[in-house]
Order: sequence, then C-alpha cells, then structure tokens
Amino acid sequence: MKILVCIKQVPDMESRFKINSEGNWYDSGDLAWRMNEYDEYAVEQAVQLKEQVGDADLTVLCIGPARVKETMKKALAMGCDRGVNIEDDASYQRDPMTIAALIAEFSRDKNFDVIFTGMQSQDRASGQVGTLLAEMLNVPCITTIVDFAYEAGEIRVKRELEGGVKAKVKTTAPALLTCQLGLNTPRYPTLPNIMKAKKKELLSVPVTDLLKEEALQETTSVYFPEKKGGGLVLEGDAGDLADQLIKILKDKTSVLA
Amino acid sequence: MKIVLVGEYRDGKLLGSNNELIAFAEKAGAESVMFLVGSESALPAYSGTLYLADAAQYGEYNPSVHRDLLLQVVEKEQPDMVILSHSSYGWDLAPRLAYAMKAAQVSEVIDWVDTVPVVPVCNAKLRRNVKVTSGKAVLTLQAGAFSPLQEPSGTPSLEKIQTDSQGRVIFEGYEAAEKGGVDLTKSEIIVSAGRGIGKPENVEMIAALAEALRGDYGASRPVVDAEWVEHNRQVGTTGQTVSPKLYVACGISGAIQHLAGMKKSEFVVAVNTDKDAPIGEVADVLVVADLKQFVPALTEKIKAL
Repeated sequence: MKILVCIKQVPDMESRFKINSEGNWYDSGDLAWRMNEYDEYAVEQAVQLKEQVGDADLTVLCIGPARVKETMKKALAMGCDRGVNIEDDASYQRDPMTIAALIAEFSRDKNFDVIFTGMQSQDRASGQVGTLLAEMLNVPCITTIVDFAYEAGEIRVKRELEGGVKAKVKTTAPALLTCQLGLNTPRYPTLPNIMKAKKKELLSVPVTDLLKEEALQETTSVYFPEKKGGGLVLEGDAGDLADQLIKILKDKTSVLA
Repeated sequence: MKIVLVGEYRDGKLLGSNNELIAFAEKAGAESVMFLVGSESALPAYSGTLYLADAAQYGEYNPSVHRDLLLQVVEKEQPDMVILSHSSYGWDLAPRLAYAMKAAQVSEVIDWVDTVPVVPVCNAKLRRNVKVTSGKAVLTLQAGAFSPLQEPSGTPSLEKIQTDSQGRVIFEGYEAAEKGGVDLTKSEIIVSAGRGIGKPENVEMIAALAEALRGDYGASRPVVDAEWVEHNRQVGTTGQTVSPKLYVACGISGAIQHLAGMKKSEFVVAVNTDKDAPIGEVADVLVVADLKQFVPALTEKIKAL
C-alpha cells in the first residue's frame, strides 16, 4: 500500500502577528513555526494505517521554503518513511487551486492508495486543498473525518456535521480523507525515532518542475480587524480585578441579584 | 449580478442557514435562484426559482451527485457566483463545484465590501481581502456573518432536476449527538474552559466558579478533544449553541467556531492573558489576568456575597 500525507507548516496561532511589507500576508519573521494542527491528526492516522497493514510505504509532502523541513522531520519521527518538500518561497501567495495542482502533478504517477490531509490550515483556513486534489486525481474524497477504519480496500469513516451529529460514510481506496481535530491522539515522537528520522530520505523538488496552473484569485490586502469597541479591558491585581468585575456584573446583569 | 444560492437540508429538515444565503443576496444586490437537494414537503421561504432535487432519491450525503445536480443549474443559469454556507455540507461541496467550473473559491466569507469578499486569517486574528481573477466565483459564508433584515417570505416556484450520476461515497446513516446530563442551551450562566487552563486539574476551578454563580460549566473544542471535559459540554459549531445571560470564557482565545456558538450570550466576560485574543471582540469585559489567580479569587468573593 502507498500512503501520502500532505502537511503544512504554520505559525503558532498565539503569536503576535505583524503584516508583511507588501501588505498581503503576515510577516514571517519572529514566528515560532509548527505543524498545522489538523495535519498532526492526518499524520497520526497515516502512521496508524501503515502499522495496521504492515506492508506500506508512507510519504509526507510539504510545500514551502527550506524552513518547512523542520516540521517535516517531526512527521518522519512520527513514522513517515520519506519526505518530499516542494520548495517554494512564494507558497504563501498561492491560491488553493494552485497548491492542489502542485500536489496532483507530483502524485499523478505515484498511484497512492490512501491520501490524508488536514481539513484546513490554521492560517489561511480555506479548507479546499484536499478536496481539490481528490477531484484532480479523480478519487473519492470524504472531508472532516473524526473516525477512520480500513479493511481490505474498504474505508469506513464518520464525518463531523454540526451540533455533535455525525454521518457514517464509506468508500473504497484509492481515496482521500481530510482530517478533523480529535480524530485520534497524535503521538509525540520518541528520542530514538527522532534520531532515526534524521537518516530518512527528504527529497526537494523545485516548484517550477510542477507549476502548470495559473492562480484564480489573489490577496489584495491583509490587515488587523477593527476593534469593535465597547468592550472594557481590565488589568491589574487579581483580587482588585475580581472586585471590579463583581461591581460590573451587579450593575449590568441580573446574575448576582 | 446573478447568483445561485445552495440551500441545505438534513434528515428531513431545512437548515436555518438558508436565510443567511438570502441575506447575502440582498447585501450584494444580486438576482438569485436557489438550489436544494431536499423535499417538497419542506420548502424554504423564498420568492424565487428553486431548483429542487429529491433527497430521498439523491441522498443526503452524496457529494459528487449533488455537484452534478448543481452543475446543471450553473449550466442553465450561467451565474457570476455560487453561494454556499461554510458548513460541513458547504465546505465539502464547494471545492468540487469550483474545480468543475474552473472558478475561484473563497472560503468563510465574513463580509462583502463593494464586491470584495473579506475572509479571516489566523483564527480571525487578521482579515484578508480577496480579488477573484477567474471571473466566476464560489463563495462559502461564515455562519452568522450575514443576517436577513427581515425573515424571508414567499413560496418558491419549483423546477425539478434529476441526474443519472452515481457517487462513489456511500452514506450509511446519521449518528445522533451524545446525550448527556447537561443541556447548556437552557443555562442562564455558563463558565467555559479553554486551552488556556493549561491542565485537566484546572477544570475543577472553572466548575467551582460556575457553581458559585449557580450556573453550568462548558468548554471549548481543544479541551474536549483532550478529554478534559466531556463532549456534551462543548460550546461551538460542533457542540452546543448557547445564549445565556452571562458567559464567562476562561482561557479561550476565541476561534470562529467557538464564537459562533456563544456570541448570542447577553453579557460576555473573557479572562485571558492575551489582550489581542479574538475573544476580546465579543467580550463586554476582558479581564487580562492569569486565570489561575483570578478565577479562584473571583469564586471566593462571589461566595462571600
């Protein structure tokens, strides 16, 4: 079995963001980078599938500048067999259709049986790449999975809908699944596996080798939302803050009456 | 401008987000038609043409069949845009449609300013203006971003549509939400724990404040995923949508999905160390403090009242 998992490197969402000089994305300086949270579940599910079927080969793919290799090493330490970095300093500007087309171009002759992606990235959050990739490769796609089972080519999953309801859905491999938070418990790489990962193959493919599509949309500006005002900000000693808040709750609400 | 609105229907019921699609059409000043895989016995209040496919025949979850039905409408109407909700149905269907139409998809639109779609970036910390260069576009709308000025009314004129398309994804049924002892939708006071509480032991502190306030405690998704709090206490789009008199968000940064579940609360207090956290946008009071000090202090003082 051949498995592909696609990941993205994103900044820690608790970061203090600044706008870049072009005004079309956040500034990439002074940020702590990590694996997109949704993709951690995708990697874990891919590794679990590999462990289940035994005879499997698991590739992790990531598009972005050289720094994304650090994040790819985590995926290798979690259990992926090899990494492919589509080297692209301009990946942050590319639209979902272009990103999906790059992965499709790479994947077309590889005949992956199962492809996992996160359901969306934490930064751009378009939630399109996995589904577009499946359409391009003409394989069935199920999004937002919170449960996954594979047996003899048949894939049974649960999709998360609204209000805690789930849909039970099945399809057959080859197929693509996009992973929702809570699908599994992503493992922490152990020290021996981190050491082993250093020896694993990590290929680089220049983006120009794969780039064939033109973008369908562009970002004209990125900016901070206007503060809606009205909200009172309280700072200071915990005890004083509690007194202030109690006074406000007495004045403005009926909950302490 | 001409647009197609993609309505939603599930398990015998029309979903409320349809009104938000109509609200968007109003805001954009667009001429619209609606598409629905649903039932003649549950028609939306809408005074336009409704292209209706029978859910009993085409399945409630059958993405490629729904895509092919929708493409028939696109072919016939030649719209400038197709509008869906950013929901488990909409975000699943939209890219399939966009790919077939060779159109740009803009996800989770929260505003529409002079024909420019605005979307959130980095958990709503930033905003992004998008320019579509493909001519046609597919948009998904964030839940709650567009509200109708008045309840839509009218009876649609029906155009029934059919397809021979077969899907490769087979729907096997719904699994109902876990039933628990707590129905937060009826709570008047809710104190919720977010990732910022740091460790599972601190749930107790949140529960104690809720008890002192004679309310219930809830949680955001990461806390539920980590199994620190059971799922039936989750507030947000995939949990419960609540509207208490008082909502206290402790260590919750304010992901869009969480905000969608609690922004109808009458009074919101947020406790967070990050002054810029998006929860501040919906909070009436933002207490910038370490919740491990502030929450117990507040609990003691409330008990002493």
